[in-house]
Amino acid sequence: MPASISDPVVRTDFEEKISAMSRYVDDLTFKDMLYAKTVRSQRTRAKIKNITVPYLDDGYFTVDYKDIPASNIVKEILDDQPFFANGEVNFVGEPIMLIVGKDPHKVAELAKKVVVDYEDIAPVLSYEDSLSKHTIPIYGLNNCFAEYEISRGNVEKAFAQAERVVEKTYETGYQEHIYMEPQGMIAVYEHRTITVYGSMQCPYYIKHALEKAFGWNSERIRIVQTTTGGAFGGKEEFPSIIAGHAAFAAFKTGKPVKLIYEREEDIISTTKRHPSVITIKTALDSNQKITAVDIDIKLNAGAYAGLSSVVLQRAMFCSTGVYNFENFIIKGKAYATNTVPSGAFRGFGGPQAIFAIETHMNTLAFMLHQDVIDFKSRYMVKTGDKTTTGGTFRGSLKLPEIVNRVKEMADYKNLCSGKNSVNSVNSIKKGVGFSIFLHGCGFTGNGEQQVIKASTVLKKNYDGTVSICISNVEMGQGLGTVMRKIVASSLGIDISKVIYTAVDTDKVPDSGPTVASRSTMIVGGLLVKACEKLKQRWDEEGMVEVQADYQQPSWLEWDNELLKGDAYPSYSWGADIALVSVDTLTYELSIEKIWTVMDIGIPIDTNTLRGQIEGGILQGVGYSSCEVMSMKEGRILQKNLTDYIIPSSKDSVDISLDYIINPYENGPFGAKGAGEIPFLGVGPAVAGAVLDAIKKPVYKLPLTAEYLMEVIENED
Amino acid sequence: MKIDFFLNHTFCTVDTDPLRSLADVLRRDFNQTDVKQGCGEGECGACAVLVETNVVHSCIYPVVMAQDKKILTLRGILDTSEYQAIKKGFSDAGSVQCGFCTPGIVIVCYDMFKKNVQPSKDTIMEYLSGNLCRCTGYNSIFRGMALAFEYYKNMVRR
Repeated sequence: MPASISDPVVRTDFEEKISAMSRYVDDLTFKDMLYAKTVRSQRTRAKIKNITVPYLDDGYFTVDYKDIPASNIVKEILDDQPFFANGEVNFVGEPIMLIVGKDPHKVAELAKKVVVDYEDIAPVLSYEDSLSKHTIPIYGLNNCFAEYEISRGNVEKAFAQAERVVEKTYETGYQEHIYMEPQGMIAVYEHRTITVYGSMQCPYYIKHALEKAFGWNSERIRIVQTTTGGAFGGKEEFPSIIAGHAAFAAFKTGKPVKLIYEREEDIISTTKRHPSVITIKTALDSNQKITAVDIDIKLNAGAYAGLSSVVLQRAMFCSTGVYNFENFIIKGKAYATNTVPSGAFRGFGGPQAIFAIETHMNTLAFMLHQDVIDFKSRYMVKTGDKTTTGGTFRGSLKLPEIVNRVKEMADYKNLCSGKNSVNSVNSIKKGVGFSIFLHGCGFTGNGEQQVIKASTVLKKNYDGTVSICISNVEMGQGLGTVMRKIVASSLGIDISKVIYTAVDTDKVPDSGPTVASRSTMIVGGLLVKACEKLKQRWDEEGMVEVQADYQQPSWLEWDNELLKGDAYPSYSWGADIALVSVDTLTYELSIEKIWTVMDIGIPIDTNTLRGQIEGGILQGVGYSSCEVMSMKEGRILQKNLTDYIIPSSKDSVDISLDYIINPYENGPFGAKGAGEIPFLGVGPAVAGAVLDAIKKPVYKLPLTAEYLMEVIENED
Repeated sequence: MKIDFFLNHTFCTVDTDPLRSLADVLRRDFNQTDVKQGCGEGECGACAVLVETNVVHSCIYPVVMAQDKKILTLRGILDTSEYQAIKKGFSDAGSVQCGFCTPGIVIVCYDMFKKNVQPSKDTIMEYLSGNLCRCTGYNSIFRGMALAFEYYKNMVRR
């Protein structure tokens, strides 16, 4: 047993993974199993006039919307997305039907031979298109899945009295998750029950989606998670679709059906990070003090609503960053386009909003000739200050400590003054950037109380072992290890006595999805409560079962209509300093080093946490530098790993990290969320360092050589 | 076409389309699930295996090219001291997260040790550049490989 909960242990899934004994979904086979391939839309927006299926031998089938027993709607927030297109398609890659049969190569060949006749409809491909009279809205009257506004103080007055107004627009692009294991599911229909095995973050999302599609009661749908090879949000809402497809095929054929995406198919058809355009207007008074902020956020949601409304809320709520502005107005829109739906991705709206506000603050400091850290420090929130939604920053905020620690680690003063040493090549300019950021832990608003209603169970077995029964999954982040540690430490037993297995909805209650930096803080917190109950009954004979359900803290209030109150029960905080060099001849950006300090409460396991931080930062490095995904007339141009470039080992970045210990009273052992926050600060820290290097502001991610050339060569 | 090869020290014969990828043959005909398929186009390295003394991305390696050759996958090196050292190093450094890229990375690391390459950070970065990982940011893998090499040297010395 480690002395402190933070001391690292060997990951509990290490042995099976290092020896490749783990079974990912594509490693499983069932007797008489069939393979499926998806026929997809080749058009951005069209009516389907006719579908011609090639001759199918015995044992080969089509599966389409007519084979869905009850409802051709994927259960999400708005009921707008079908499992299979019925009469019309809304993006390139939208599923139309499956071809199913014994030989996977033959199935793939047959799928290619399906001929779909379309009648094109003028597509909406941009925000401007969506306002045009020449296109029919995809959703509602104004083509927006969600539209909100929040404000505080008197913005109009502040702008009227402003000495100077600075307005800039910030843009970020698509990002694809590139979990190393592509999406996949296997469905089996037997004894009037559908069982789906696969790679996923949210087993109960899939279960509920299938209950609705089949119109069956809960006993007839079972979801079993297989070892999951990375997810990052990409396996949050999307897997319901692929699980549905496999399940409809298994139900129709009566045989197990395997549906595994190839990489290219995965890239063109699964969710992405929302591209954003964020305009920030600031009013400055005669003392160069910010008196008001006007923020306008537009997220490209794609063809269907998915989770875009919640992504937009999170983006808006954190769009003033860690700053307390007296007067602000924040407007947001998630608009529809005939492109692949955007969805959940580590940070969930946060990265776009934090990039915009932090880059704006960097730009202002540059324009006002002030040190960026001093400039930002003047506006940072303190304990008791109000959030953008009028909630309260509770507990003890440690922003000054975070800032001081990261400055000390990077030796900030000397780094800034000594970065362009005499030895450096003339064309290479170095720069130092700083970002500071927050991430609300858990579901936005009263989602935990109203929607999720997490329930956890602990069982003391006959042999003295204790089983953890939760629906949160291990997907590489280390959840299995962290939850076992929490239970072992709470009960004072060895970690080897604590059992946690891949989720099977027949065996565990719904403790909610594995998303939103909630698992450790919320579900881990419930497990501590369950441990308290179990300890009281520890000496009972036989099997003992205890349950702990989520109860909203009494101080947490949220009005979902007005978007007022505490949007999150707690926040994690962080700051990054980045050192970059820009070659002003080749316009190449090189990210040399990142220092990061996080307040995530307390680390449950420093090795696991370090993996989350280093991995999150490099994913942020990719987002900021090399991960370009562009569309031409609604078609993704980077469809494979040759074109869509994620960082390789040679693009890795030297990272120094530290924590500010700041326990959160409702978290297990004081822990808060840590999965998403490491991603958030990278973009603005790197962009700030580029500004420092080339002495010109940048407004877009990713910072490609082409974009840097434009900025460096163009006159202001 | 009939193709013979040694798979993890065992003589094997397969009668198949000679242009099928080695990864597909290993996974589907020999249930070699330690060979992962992450991209199918030779970019991600999850399918890395040793053919004789070369690391190849088996998803773009036609099986006919394996004729009469010795193929090693992760399962074929589990008994070696190199693997034991890698395992210990990766365990200490927390180099494994989702695990999907792990078999390919272990094979590359094994090859490095076999070829007696000094694992400086630069050579490790170079050797691993054909293996994508999306979880770790690579740094924990570098640390794991450096530790593994220390363990390996001590084992060999003894």
